[in-house]
Amino acid sequence: MIDKTVSSLEEAVAGIFDGATVMIGGFGIAGQPAELIDALIAHGARDLTIVNNNAGNGEIGLAALLRARRVKKIICSFPRQADSQVFDALYHAGEIELELVPQGNLAARIQAAGAGLGAIYTPTGYGTLLAEGKETREIDGRHYVLEYPIRADFALIKAFRGDRWGNLVYRKAARNFGPIMATAATVTIAQVGEVVPLGALDPESIVTPGIFVQRVVAVPGLAQARVA
Amino acid sequence: MNRLNRNQMAARVAQDIPEGAYVNLGIGLPTRVANYLPADREIFLHSENGLLGMGPAPAPGMEDPELMNAGKEPVTLLQGGAFFHHGDSFAMMRGGHLDICVLGAFQVSAGGDLANWHTGAADAIPAVGGAMDLAIGAKQVFVMMEHLSKSGECKIVPFCTYPVTGIGCVDRIYTDLAVIDITAHGLLVREMVDGLDFAELQRLTPVPLTLAATAATTVAA
Repeated sequence: MIDKTVSSLEEAVAGIFDGATVMIGGFGIAGQPAELIDALIAHGARDLTIVNNNAGNGEIGLAALLRARRVKKIICSFPRQADSQVFDALYHAGEIELELVPQGNLAARIQAAGAGLGAIYTPTGYGTLLAEGKETREIDGRHYVLEYPIRADFALIKAFRGDRWGNLVYRKAARNFGPIMATAATVTIAQVGEVVPLGALDPESIVTPGIFVQRVVAVPGLAQARVA
Repeated sequence: MNRLNRNQMAARVAQDIPEGAYVNLGIGLPTRVANYLPADREIFLHSENGLLGMGPAPAPGMEDPELMNAGKEPVTLLQGGAFFHHGDSFAMMRGGHLDICVLGAFQVSAGGDLANWHTGAADAIPAVGGAMDLAIGAKQVFVMMEHLSKSGECKIVPFCTYPVTGIGCVDRIYTDLAVIDITAHGLLVREMVDGLDFAELQRLTPVPLTLAATAATTVAA
């Protein structure tokens, strides 16, 4: 019997190694798998490259991972926010590397990795600082920038419900990067508000089919973002 | 000099958003446009974090931390609205499916280049978000901004001095003084605020302007 559920957060993050590239779902705190991140902090892996839309909010979740000095590089679109003080201090101190990627290119590069593409041509960023030094091409009169896929060793994502085969459904705007990151990581680890029996999820409504998910861990209680 | 305040600017932009349009309102000033969309028009608001059919802010106490807009403010979803992931959301943007996006700006050049993501200051932490995707993806890109910066410099410029967000991407500029189209033949003034004459607008704007034959006076809402 195939059972991708694991019984603890500790077990869920087992094997995340020093120097790994880890995608973390969420847009701000919506969809951020805060409990998995806490488990990653306790697990102790360091020199991580993190892929996320932001660079931490407040003091919890990704911000706490940064504060614990576990991250050497972050790939994101929007690090600077009103409550990104942890990242801001590390950045100004030169203690974290930033790769800034337009948000749609971040999504497309993640999707390219998941879809097995070698690279993509994107119109976004053409002629800007963020395309400097990159190969470009004119296709049908429009200018494009060559961008490479972003793959990860692990993806930590949050979903609303999941089953033992790893099928997932999400809740509202907490979906954001979860489904695409699940496709782009060698090991995708999903925290779900509830593990339901096989067959309980409507096959017409499954957003992430289980082929993209390796581990599922239940984090009971509100399937909502934790508020600092 | 008469000038529109920020709410009047938002109301003016809202007038030009037609029934059935798929629209993204950028973070900041453009968000206010939503407050002035006529109730008798069905307009689909898109938010890049995965919402279409976005509704207004919820009643106090009804906020849901998993139902936010791109500015991470609590919102609602209208009946008929949909959630989707970031790949689909940016396909809507980059793929030319949105009819209109409304963005704020530091500068817009005579050729329609947009600068709105980075001041270029050495100590600034750069953050781009979805700005570059929005700038080049929508069928029509509207910019709304004050005509002059706080230090009195015109934000419509021959060439952007701030780092650009997109090249040749802006179609129309709404300022507190005028509505100006960016055309193949240069900047065409469609409207000016009541009491402003064209010579004065041109004096304030370091780019050649043409007054449209049908130019109108903007009436503040």
